[in-house]
Amino acid sequence: MAITVSRPKLNFRERLYLPAILSGMAITMRHFKNMLFGRTKVTMQYPEEKWDSHMPEHYRGAPALVRDDTGRVRCVACQLCEFICPPRAIKIIPGEFPAGDKFAKVEKFPHEFDIDMIRCIYCGLCEEVCPEQAIYLRKDYAITGFTRADMVHNKEKLLEIGGVMHGVVLKWNEKK
Amino acid sequence: MDYAFIFSSLIKIAALLAVVLGIMNYAVYAERRISALIQDRLGPNRVGPAGLFQPIADAAKFLLKEDFTPAHVNTFYYWLAPCLAMIPAITTLAVVPFGSSLFGVPMVIADINVGVLFVFAIASLGVYGIVIAGWSSNSKYPFLGGVRSSSQMISYELSLGLAVIPVFLLVGQLRLTEVVRYQIENGWLIAPFVGDWGNLQKWLLAIPMMISFVVFTIAIFAETNRLPFDLPEAETELVGGYHTEYGSMKFGLFFLGEYVAMITGSAIIVTLFLGGWHFPGVPDGSHGWGWGLLNIFIFFSKIAGLLFVFIWVRWTLPRFRYDQLMRLGWVFFFEIALVNIFIAAIIIAYLPSK
Repeated sequence: MAITVSRPKLNFRERLYLPAILSGMAITMRHFKNMLFGRTKVTMQYPEEKWDSHMPEHYRGAPALVRDDTGRVRCVACQLCEFICPPRAIKIIPGEFPAGDKFAKVEKFPHEFDIDMIRCIYCGLCEEVCPEQAIYLRKDYAITGFTRADMVHNKEKLLEIGGVMHGVVLKWNEKK
Repeated sequence: MDYAFIFSSLIKIAALLAVVLGIMNYAVYAERRISALIQDRLGPNRVGPAGLFQPIADAAKFLLKEDFTPAHVNTFYYWLAPCLAMIPAITTLAVVPFGSSLFGVPMVIADINVGVLFVFAIASLGVYGIVIAGWSSNSKYPFLGGVRSSSQMISYELSLGLAVIPVFLLVGQLRLTEVVRYQIENGWLIAPFVGDWGNLQKWLLAIPMMISFVVFTIAIFAETNRLPFDLPEAETELVGGYHTEYGSMKFGLFFLGEYVAMITGSAIIVTLFLGGWHFPGVPDGSHGWGWGLLNIFIFFSKIAGLLFVFIWVRWTLPRFRYDQLMRLGWVFFFEIALVNIFIAAIIIAYLPSK
């Protein structure tokens, strides 16, 4: 069934059309002036201004490995993170401490530790599952590279992002 | 022919072309920045200080892109169309007096006595570029764009021509330098502040002149395919309209041709209604070359002001529907311009001019 939409009856001023155009132009001119004199808030100019200082506490960025106070890589190559990782971004090849080493009691260390940052979904499950508190999600978010190989973070890169973590877990140290 | 005339003409042509092409490039930049500011954005601000080298980057991009000719087009006309869009827009500038005089040389390339007729004759050729582009592209959207363009041009050319008749009823000549001279002696046509204040005819005439000015300006909007009259292009309906099939520098010629047409249109409006290169209190070029340069500067400042209005209107008004466009052209502007001629004629005939 056809519905007749009743048109509003326009008065002379509205039918003249020009006043509406002029008021529209006044609106755009107001926006123009407000922008020109910096009274309008605009988006962040990204490469110059960054989110870094505004980043929330709970932000999950790139995962990274940490060393402890003695300089040992905290990871013990238990491979829990490798198993929990939903996109299977983590690849660990464990190595063994030789007998008589200062850390022989720890038994294992990661010989290779690669995280494919193309696959990583920043879920934080690796951080959550780690019994050693060896892997953390940092606030780095601009992960870029020219090739797929560039986007794989190896152990050196992960330690570089992670740095040293002081205190907290000291269970592999000699009892003091 | 004396060589001095040819030589000075060549210099004027080269200088005017350089200035106009420069303004054209920065009109594109201004369009992008102003539209951004109107929409609460920032616009291109990365290339050079405040993005001022953006036009250079754009031009380099146009030149470096592959100049692709689709297989299904009519090649000869496909290549001809961009030239036909650009050439008339530039040619029109030849008769516009862009300054008073510099070292005794009048600052107009060709001071011909049919002035404004030449402008209309050449400017309306611009539509051939668009129509041929639409037809030779051998594709549906460009064709629709070309057809729309031709009907739109015909509708608005009419009110364009009728709107200027009151000016020439008053001035009595078609020569554009004479129009400017008249405005220097009697005040600008839409704002006659110069000369005798008590003259009733002059003040009454400002009313039809104002109407002429509005109609003429709107018709120029339609002639240059600017929003709200950009139906031939209409990127939301017709993809890109007549230049859908064009790329690289051929598209660049259409795109920049539109801006040159804007500059030309503004130059005509300035010359006819806004006093050309004249500004009250500024003497002409016979008082020294400094004043001559200042006159040229005033002329281009007025053009820049009008270009701002062009851009401002574009980012304010939505596009007309096709029937609204036709109705506006044939029912309103045509009649308004026609009645306006009679009003102006009656005032000129029955009120004392002195």
